[in-house]
Amino acid sequence: MARKITNGSISRRRLLTTVSAGAALAASPFRVNLLQAQEATIKIGFPVPLTGPYGAEAQDQVRAAQVAIAQFNDGGGLGGRKAELIVRDDKLNPGEAATRTLELVEKEKVNFVVGSLSAAVQLAINNVTKERGVIFNSISQSDAINEAADFSKYTFHEALNPHLTSGAVGRYAFAKFGKKVAFLSADYAYGHEMVHGFLEAGKAFNIENLGDIRHPIGTTDYSTLLPRLQALKPDILCICNFGRDQQISLKQATDFGVKKTIQIIAPLLTHAGRVAAGPQAYDGVIGGCSFYWGLEDKFASTKAFNEAFRKMYDGKLPTDYGALGYGGVRTILAAVKNAGSVDTDKVIAALEALKYDFYKGPQYYRKCDHQSVQSVLVIQSKSKELRNESDVFEIIATDEPNEANLRSCEELGHKA
Amino acid sequence: MASLSFDLIALQLFAGLALGAIYVLFAIGLSLIFGMLTVVNFAHGAFYMVGAYVGVYILALGGNFWICLIAVPLAVGLFGLAVERILIRPLYGRGIDYPLLLTFGLSYVMVELVRIAFGKTGFPFDTPEVLQGAVNIGVGYFPLYRLFVIGATAAVLLALWLFLEKTSFGLIIRAGARDPQIVRVLGVNVARVWLIVFGIGTAIAGFAGLLAAPLQGVSPEMGGTILAEAFVVTVVGGMGSIGGAVLAGLLVGVVVSMTSLFAPEMAKVSIFALMALVLIIRPQGFFGRAGLMS
Repeated sequence: MARKITNGSISRRRLLTTVSAGAALAASPFRVNLLQAQEATIKIGFPVPLTGPYGAEAQDQVRAAQVAIAQFNDGGGLGGRKAELIVRDDKLNPGEAATRTLELVEKEKVNFVVGSLSAAVQLAINNVTKERGVIFNSISQSDAINEAADFSKYTFHEALNPHLTSGAVGRYAFAKFGKKVAFLSADYAYGHEMVHGFLEAGKAFNIENLGDIRHPIGTTDYSTLLPRLQALKPDILCICNFGRDQQISLKQATDFGVKKTIQIIAPLLTHAGRVAAGPQAYDGVIGGCSFYWGLEDKFASTKAFNEAFRKMYDGKLPTDYGALGYGGVRTILAAVKNAGSVDTDKVIAALEALKYDFYKGPQYYRKCDHQSVQSVLVIQSKSKELRNESDVFEIIATDEPNEANLRSCEELGHKA
Repeated sequence: MASLSFDLIALQLFAGLALGAIYVLFAIGLSLIFGMLTVVNFAHGAFYMVGAYVGVYILALGGNFWICLIAVPLAVGLFGLAVERILIRPLYGRGIDYPLLLTFGLSYVMVELVRIAFGKTGFPFDTPEVLQGAVNIGVGYFPLYRLFVIGATAAVLLALWLFLEKTSFGLIIRAGARDPQIVRVLGVNVARVWLIVFGIGTAIAGFAGLLAAPLQGVSPEMGGTILAEAFVVTVVGGMGSIGGAVLAGLLVGVVVSMTSLFAPEMAKVSIFALMALVLIIRPQGFFGRAGLMS
C-alpha cells in the first residue's frame, strides 16, 4: 500500500515538472530567440532576489531590464545578434548568489552579469565574476565594491553607494533642520555604512551626534527604542535601515508622535517601501534615491524610459530599483554596440569611454573604480495632491553628478 | 548617551508592559491549543497573518475597523475549524510530532498562497482614526492605539477565562484535556470539543494579526517573527498554561524593554537568554505541567 502511494506521487511529480517546464517555455518571451539563433544571442545573466523581503523590488528590476533588452533587439541588436536576459533567483543569500552566478557563467555561458539587490550579495557575485573574467554591473548599493580590495577591471557599479546617498541627504538636512542628530540604525553593513556616511557629511556642518541606537535586522517592534530616542531631543532623527524594517520603524515613529518635534531623514526611500507602508507612515520623511519617474519633467531620457516601460507593462511607471535594472543592462548593451563586439576587454574599454544619458540625466563610469558618477535626488514623501498611484515623492533637491562627492580614488586604495 | 531620568525609566517600564501585553495576545491562541489538544501549532503565525489579510480585504470591501474586530476572528476561526477537521483530526493519537510537522508545512503553504493571491509587497494598514495620536500617561506620551491593544488583550483573556472556568462547555474542555478517555466514556463527543478549541485558538491568532496590522503593516512574512516570540512566551510560562503565558508575556516585554535601554542590540537575544535561564531553573516553565510533551 505504502509502496503504491510512493510510486503514484513520483509519477505525479514527474508529470508536473514536465508540464510546467513545457508551459514555461511556451510562455517565455525568449522562445523565439531560442529557436532562431542559439549561438549568436548575447546572454546577460541577471541574479536578483525574486523571493524574500525584496521580491517586489527585484521583480521591478527584471521588468525594467527586459525593456532595455527589447529596445536593443528592436534596434537590430549587434548586427542582427539579439540579446537575452537570463534571470536567476539569488534568494538574497550570498551563497546562493555565488552558486547561481557560477551556473550562469559555466552552464549558460553568459557574456555579462548584471544584478543583485544587497550589499553582501553583490560582493559574492563579484567574487565569482572577477575570478572568471566576466563583466559584472552591480545595481545595488555598496561602498565596499568600489574599494580596491573588492574591485577588479571587470567590476562596474551602476547604483549609488551609501557614501554618496547619505552625503546628499545629510548636506541637505543638516543645513536646514539643525545640528543635533540621533541615529536609529540596522545592525549590519548597510546601517553602519550609512551612519558613517552621514557623520562624514556632517563634519562640515559641525553636527552633534547624540547617539546611535542599533537594532537587529527584522525588528518588528520599536516601542522600546523610540522613547529613548525622543528623550535625546534631537533636531534630526536619522533612520538607517531598509525594506520592512524601514516601513515598520517609520510607522511606529509616527504613532509615537516623533514627527511633531523631530525631522526624520533616511538615506534611502524606496518606492516599493512607501507604497507598502502607505502615505501616513512616510509623510514628511526626507531621503535619497537614484531615480524617480517625476524626473521626466527635466530629462527627455526619463520621459522616453517611462513611456517604453508604460507601453510594456499596462501603463505602470518604473520604480527606483527598476530603473537601475534598466540602466545596468542598457549601458552594457550600448557598450557592446559601440565596441562592435562582445569581447570582454573591448566592452570594458567602451564602458569606460561611455558618456550616457539613458534614464536620469548625464552619467559616466569613473575610470579608477568604475563607479557611475551620477546625480542623487533628495526626495520627500507626500500624502496629498497625488497625481497618480506612483506619485508618492517630491524631488526637493538634486546633488548634480560630481566626482568630488565620491571618495577619492586614493582613499579607496586605487593607484592613481 | 543622555542621562537616565526617572521619567524615562518609568516610560520604558510602561513600554515593556505594553509590549508584553502584545506578546500575551500573540501567545494565548498557541498556548490554548497546546494545553488542551497537545498540538504544537506551527501554523499559528500563518493564521495570525491571515487575520491581518482578512482585515485588509474587509476594509477594501468598504468595511471599517470595528467590523473587522468581529468578522476577522469569525472568518479565521472558521478556517481553523476546516483545518482541524480535514488535516489535524486524522493525526490525533499519533504522537506530538505529527501535527507539528503538518502545521509547519501548512504554514509554508498558507504564506505562499497569500503571496500568490495578494502579492509579495504587503499592504499599508492605517490606525483607525479615533485611535490615532499619542496621549500623556503621566511620564510621557504613549500611542493611544497601543493602549487600546492592551485593553483588547485583557478583554480576550477575560472572555476566555469566563468561558473555560464558568461554563459547562469549558468544564468539558478542561476535563477533555486531562483525560479524553474518561470523558469519551461519559458520552461526550470529544472530537467536537477539540474542533471547537482549535477554532477558538486560531480565531484568537487571527484577532492578534488584525490588531498587529496597524502597528507594523501587513505582509506575507509577518507571522514569522511572532511565532518565535509566541513560543518563547508559551515555553517560559509553561506549555499549555494560559496564566503562565500572561505572566511570561509581560516579563518578556519588560526584559526586552530594559535591555533596549542599556544595550539595544541585545534586545532580541535577551528574549532567548531569558528562556534558557528559565528552562535551566524550571524546565516545565512557570506554571507548566511536567510531562505534557511526552
